[in-house]
Amino acid sequence: MARIFDAEILSNEEVAEKIFRLTVDAPKLAEIARAGQFVQVKISDEFTLRRPLGIASTLGGHVKIFYRAVGRGTEILSTKKVGERLNILGALGNGYTPREGKVLLVGGGMGLAPLLLAAEKFSTDVLMGGRNQGEVLFWQDEFKPHAEKIFITTDDGSYARKGFAIDLLPDILAAGNYSAILTCGPEIMMRGIAKLAHEKNLPCEVSFEKRMACGLGACLSCSIDTANGRKKVCKDGPIFDAKEVFDYATDNQKN
Amino acid sequence: MNKNLLQTELCGMKLNTPIFAASGTFGFGEEFENFVDLQRLGGVMVKCLTPKPRRGNDGVRITETPSGMLNCIGLENPGVEKFLSEILPRIKDKMNVVVNVSGSSVEDYGELAKLLDVDGVAAIELNISCPNVKDGGIIFGTDERQAAKVTSAAKKNTRKPVIVKLSPNVTDITKIARAVENSGADCLSLINTLMGMEINIHTWRPTLGNITGGLSGGAIKPVAVRMVWQVAQAVKVPIIGMGGIRSAADAAEFFLAGASAVAIGTANFSEPSITMKIADDLEIYLQSCGLKNIRELVGKVK
Repeated sequence: MARIFDAEILSNEEVAEKIFRLTVDAPKLAEIARAGQFVQVKISDEFTLRRPLGIASTLGGHVKIFYRAVGRGTEILSTKKVGERLNILGALGNGYTPREGKVLLVGGGMGLAPLLLAAEKFSTDVLMGGRNQGEVLFWQDEFKPHAEKIFITTDDGSYARKGFAIDLLPDILAAGNYSAILTCGPEIMMRGIAKLAHEKNLPCEVSFEKRMACGLGACLSCSIDTANGRKKVCKDGPIFDAKEVFDYATDNQKN
Repeated sequence: MNKNLLQTELCGMKLNTPIFAASGTFGFGEEFENFVDLQRLGGVMVKCLTPKPRRGNDGVRITETPSGMLNCIGLENPGVEKFLSEILPRIKDKMNVVVNVSGSSVEDYGELAKLLDVDGVAAIELNISCPNVKDGGIIFGTDERQAAKVTSAAKKNTRKPVIVKLSPNVTDITKIARAVENSGADCLSLINTLMGMEINIHTWRPTLGNITGGLSGGAIKPVAVRMVWQVAQAVKVPIIGMGGIRSAADAAEFFLAGASAVAIGTANFSEPSITMKIADDLEIYLQSCGLKNIRELVGKVK
């Protein structure tokens, strides 16, 4: 059940260009959070809206969040100091479905954040894609203690295999025995992953991102079309069965 | 503390506090159950309902602006029938339900009012001011004769109190206010959002899918206070004031300007329990003024 937490900031550091890792002390939030859920962070009273960010880790009662400083809100967030307190609304959304057996996590860029919590909670291998070496190295370190095998691609080839995550997927699926694919990242990437999963008859869950205001299912800023009618990304999602949101017959996203 | 400080009455409705949740920002109330004592609210103006379900607008629906936000949801809702069969039975005992409605014709408003003349509905709020749909709402809210017709149509078809929600996107809001009062409106609520627009300077395109949207939040509060003050001098029916209220201090301005109750909208997004804090702080404010009830503050601006 979502509530508001007043949490002390334990760290807030830049781990790659403009990418920050924020850790707060929030044992109760850590206890209730499921992989794939998110929080709404209040930047300050000057902002009308909170900022929705995925929960990346809950180990030791510490909630870890990754964000890219891209706008005025996240830029101000990046200046918050250790010891300051942060007003956090969470945990929000549905989360990935827990499954038996090993699942394959496929993430691109900041989409790896919610998958990290999945790696903490489930038996996993992870396939990660990033723009360059800087944007995958810290993820590799984060996933190392939790995921069994780690596969990496970079867009520019500056680290590991050059290309996109999906390029490696057919070989990984042929070699491994997975009960499902959980993915998060750019929609074009998730759509490709989901199509491949569909062909292999593997369950696939995707994580959607939409601008949202309340995070509670009230304002309808984040409504999307699905095979089962209109859904709210913040409350019915952000995790959806790929079949519900992608149409393989036409290879078009429903939205 | 005197428990009766905030208790009041509006159009025959008994209110524990004169604080409502504004339509479109509070879903059907249930979404905020964890954060708010719904019984303590004067009522919840539920998400606007139309005769048939609507999917709303495509593309980006919100963007934050200085001290506010723009939205163009476009009245996405499940339609009045589903509300009556599935939602109302679930929520009617939890709160005072004020049903916000919008139609595409005068007849629609009459029909909606008739359908909603049922147990569990405390009042009906006519939305004649949504700036985000082409086929209804604001067409009726910017023309005195149309506003009057819509009000009469609703009044003829229901015994419930009829609240008419006014648009600020007009030259003289008092003319519309008088027209709907003369047509039988029991109460006025104002203001709805101000029409606005944002352009992305990198893509050279409007940010919002609907190009324009409704501006809400702190930025519009002075406009709202001014309009409540103007309308309060022009009509005798009570006013529910709204527009950018984020604190008891903000709310107090609306009461002083002449509102008998207030509604909180956009502020619910950043603080889901803000209505409770406003109620608490308003009690403290009234005591500090030596007042025994909120009614003593209404319209007292000097």
